[in-house]
Amino acid sequence: MSKVESPRLIAQGAIKKKKRTMPSILMNTKAKVGAVIIGVFVVIAIIGPILAPYNPSTQNTQANLSVAAPSLSHLFGTDQLGRDVFSQILVGTRTTMVLGLVTGIIATALSIIIGVSAGFLGGLWDEFLSLFSNVFLVIPALPLLIVVLGEFPGKGETPTIILLSLLGWPWGARVIRAQTLSLRSRDFIAASRETGEKTWRIIFFEVIPNEVSLIAASFVGTVLYAIGASVGLDFLGVGNTTIWSLGTILYWAQNGNALQLGAWWWFAIPGVFVALIGTGLVLLNFGLDELGNPRLRDAATQTRINGKIWRPADPTPVMRSHVDNKGTKDQRRSPKANLTEDPVRLNQVHSSNGHLGQNSMGSTTVENQVRHNSSTLSLDQEGQ
Amino acid sequence: MAASNDNDHSLISRFGEIKQMRFLARRLGFYVVALFAALTINFFIPRFLPGNIVESMMAKYPSLKPSAQRALEILFGIGHNGSLLHQYITYLGQIFTGNLGLDLLQFPIPVIDIIKNALPWTLVLVGTATVISWVLGTGLGIIAAWRRGGKLDQLLPALSFLQATPYFFLALILVWLLALRFHVLPAQQGFSNGLSIGFNWAFILSAARHSLLPALTIVLTSTAGWMLQMRNVMITTIGEDYVLAAQAKGLSPKRVVFTYAARNAILPSISGFALALGFVVSGTLLMEIVFNYPGIGLTLYNSVTSNDFPLTQGIFLIISLTVLAANILADVLYVIVDPRSRTRAVA
Repeated sequence: MSKVESPRLIAQGAIKKKKRTMPSILMNTKAKVGAVIIGVFVVIAIIGPILAPYNPSTQNTQANLSVAAPSLSHLFGTDQLGRDVFSQILVGTRTTMVLGLVTGIIATALSIIIGVSAGFLGGLWDEFLSLFSNVFLVIPALPLLIVVLGEFPGKGETPTIILLSLLGWPWGARVIRAQTLSLRSRDFIAASRETGEKTWRIIFFEVIPNEVSLIAASFVGTVLYAIGASVGLDFLGVGNTTIWSLGTILYWAQNGNALQLGAWWWFAIPGVFVALIGTGLVLLNFGLDELGNPRLRDAATQTRINGKIWRPADPTPVMRSHVDNKGTKDQRRSPKANLTEDPVRLNQVHSSNGHLGQNSMGSTTVENQVRHNSSTLSLDQEGQ
Repeated sequence: MAASNDNDHSLISRFGEIKQMRFLARRLGFYVVALFAALTINFFIPRFLPGNIVESMMAKYPSLKPSAQRALEILFGIGHNGSLLHQYITYLGQIFTGNLGLDLLQFPIPVIDIIKNALPWTLVLVGTATVISWVLGTGLGIIAAWRRGGKLDQLLPALSFLQATPYFFLALILVWLLALRFHVLPAQQGFSNGLSIGFNWAFILSAARHSLLPALTIVLTSTAGWMLQMRNVMITTIGEDYVLAAQAKGLSPKRVVFTYAARNAILPSISGFALALGFVVSGTLLMEIVFNYPGIGLTLYNSVTSNDFPLTQGIFLIISLTVLAANILADVLYVIVDPRSRTRAVA
């Protein structure tokens, strides 16, 4: 009798199947939050300098404006020369963002060129390019940057961008090479070769489009590295300290004894800005990771019963309290369980005689947990 | 029959050995090339940069007569005597005998002695902090992956804020809060003034107290990264069929987590850890500067700002060598912990 009915006996209140929609990057909450944060900062970078209420370098010698706490006229306070920190941050965000993005673009382009050539050409080229990137990988970047940039003071941001790009590509190149190697042996590449596609066409229309999520992740990672490194270098004062960037604000704050003066607005706000940009990038990369690796996708697809994780090898979750020798109809009406018809695929677990009471007696029972509507259970693991 | 089987076996293993040898040779080749790259960069740094050590020396000690210039050039081995190749060979010879030259600021002291004084500070502090954050992060990562979607796992996006915070900025905040506002811990230097370095309780206690804030900075910023890496690999591993099989045959969750899933998922973290140890020497440069901590990072920074070329060069070399050594360590560790790598090395 109940072979067909049995699936219905799974209380809807306890067991829900969460549907996963298209794995698009914007469906992912983390990625969405990250994208919004980065978007806000891109907007600040574009219009910030226009909005700046003061010239960030204009000094104000009024005594009460030296290291003044935030007020309506100076939203983020002033530094010891009476300069407006809010304006400095608005202008500095542009410098930092531009540096990060430009470095990210150059370095990612380098990693694509080197990674794809190494993976696709193979043989001696692969040996040579892999060796090349491995050597670059072990060069300690930050000390080298400090040593070299320390000798080029006042040259603007260009040397920093060039050096950061030159040192930033090997990680991406390694990952892209590995992916290209695995793509190269796939059937669709062989097929396009057979149909006479030219090598450059295969690379640009078959290989690279299949690496987009990887390339995007490596781009985001490189921007993160570039922003972190450049802010650190600016903070040390080895870059150009006359240009306003988030790092140079911190440099002046450190030099002006902001910590000792307790002028938190002077060092904490630009630092939090850097951290927020970084967080946005990390979250974006979270999302990209999950896009590339289905197993990492939304934790909500995890099978849960009343907050407890149910694993495929665990006993089958069946309710006992509602199955006790009552007909199925009664159960569906039971107000306790809030049952609805939702055939969840449990057929294979239930014994062929269909007598649910028996099934639910043993260790396979999840008791009294099913009333919680909040708990979810999806019997479809990933990949369905 | 049995004998022939044995024969086959030894043939196959011999074949594998040859391939392994080739793999080892390739890795060794990489290290040789990387070592020479590091040495060469180090050789060219002072030669490409504007200004040179003798000019700085002359500027620093105005009492030196112009005639001393030639003598100094010979002393520092950077005069225009001999071709670049000749200089390079002389330089390599010096490096391999552990001669890094004499320091400029503290003139007759050899560079290697200054480095010897600074290195232990960095190694002990950052080494300990890195071990702590690795153990903590990896452990939390295992838990977060096993209880996926649980409280710890949901905390991860928030932890990414800590991960994204620059080392030195967190250091500034901690100094401001714990040292300047609440005076809980000392903010600067490696030990209290008036103490001399030695193996006595007063010094050790003072050094330990001074290292708490820098260590806290490192642990706070780097734990999240380890945790995230471990969690992601672990989740992928938990999805493997063999883990499902282990659960299905009724093994205790503890055994499944640690001996089945984590055993394999931890491999990338272990090689990452070895690499992180290499960056111990360089990675926390900024932090040392914020805390005025007498380690290798602060020494490098001071040598750069005071145009102390020989010291800069020496420290850069030591850092490069440490990173290389860590890479070798990572390779060896990987072969030890992952039996597959011994056969996979073939591919």
